[in-house]
Amino acid sequence: MEQWNIVWAARESFISGLWVTLELFFIAAVVGLLIGTVLCYAMEYQHRVIDRLIIGFVSLMRAVPFLILAYLFYYGLPELGLSMEAWTAGLLALVIYHGAYFFEILRSQRRLFSSGYIEAAVSQGFSRYKIYRRIILPNIFSSSLPLLGNQLIICLKDTAFLSIITVQEITAAANGVQSTWFIPFNAFIVAIALYWGISVLLELLIKRLSIYGAKRGMTHA
Amino acid sequence: MDAMAWQLLIEGALTTLWISGMAIAFGVVAGLAIAVIRMMKIPFVDQFLVLYISLARATPLVTLVLFLFLSLPALGINLDKTLAAIVALTLNTSAFNAEIWRNAFRNFPREQREAAESVGMRRWTYFRYIMLPQMWIESLPALVNEMSFLIKGSPAIAVIGVVDLTRVTNRISSVTYEPLSPILAAGLLYVMIIGCLLKLQSLAERKAKRLAR
Repeated sequence: MEQWNIVWAARESFISGLWVTLELFFIAAVVGLLIGTVLCYAMEYQHRVIDRLIIGFVSLMRAVPFLILAYLFYYGLPELGLSMEAWTAGLLALVIYHGAYFFEILRSQRRLFSSGYIEAAVSQGFSRYKIYRRIILPNIFSSSLPLLGNQLIICLKDTAFLSIITVQEITAAANGVQSTWFIPFNAFIVAIALYWGISVLLELLIKRLSIYGAKRGMTHA
Repeated sequence: MDAMAWQLLIEGALTTLWISGMAIAFGVVAGLAIAVIRMMKIPFVDQFLVLYISLARATPLVTLVLFLFLSLPALGINLDKTLAAIVALTLNTSAFNAEIWRNAFRNFPREQREAAESVGMRRWTYFRYIMLPQMWIESLPALVNEMSFLIKGSPAIAVIGVVDLTRVTNRISSVTYEPLSPILAAGLLYVMIIGCLLKLQSLAERKAKRLAR
């Protein structure tokens, strides 16, 4: 019982850790999704060189662990005179890495998207941007929701890697508390419970969004 | 980067490979066992396994590795850091594999079971010779996908001091003060390892597609 009292007394560090994790996760998710969407739009032009570049970049990201990218930004780039704080380097790595994965998910759904819709829109005089914005994007977003949800949870879990490059997020906070008071069991149980709570909330959010998508008539999800 | 650095990198890659390999081997089997037990729907055991899968899927590997390595000694179980790494990776990957196997169970056609029973096959014989080979081919692409996720997650074991392919870059750069090239070289080695798995995955997918039911 006493150990839980210590955890309670150290709640400040857990709260600030939780805050850092949420902040990193939220920015990475929003900007990453934006990158995925923009890259997916760039593929609409079917420009051979651009397509090759995008696919090459995404394949590279898919074959590399997240931590190596974070290492590259935090430890590697200073050698070229580009120094960043751990938080910035970590966020940049999260955004680039998960942007590539979000793009890959959207592209897989884009390929399955029936071309009949697009032909209909073209015949109605929609511009390329309008077709993407009004027809393709809502549909592929809706049908890739379960996959995007999984990727969001992976993104949340990848923030824990950033404790290795000294970002003070939940895991680093738990590690700090346990090494000060020697209560490893309790400290990490709290950290795991926090991650679990966030991912349960995320799953609920995705479920809500799919119900919303189905209501708007995007049923082939 | 000299020959010494490359040798250290290769050693790191081998550490990553054998620890991940052990976790993959245990994880695939444990996942199958969990899926089989869950299909029996034993009260309490089933709820416990659901909780385990949910927790294991939500816990980051770094947190899990630290948790096991630091808190088990307090409970009287002393784990060597390599063993702790293997246990953590296995706990993580078997939760994902259990879901893959369970999916294969649920999609398995009933008719085959009826046919097997009608010719007097025992349950074990049916499972071993009829279900398992088909489930294996069906699940292999997803299992290989999970293997590449495991390798991508394996740098987490560096946090308790296992010198894997990621951590070895710190070792090299602490001597040479040039971190960029070892990190890029480690990245290259990861690309080679995971590239092999991705290739294997597309092969497995082609094979699974041929098993048209």
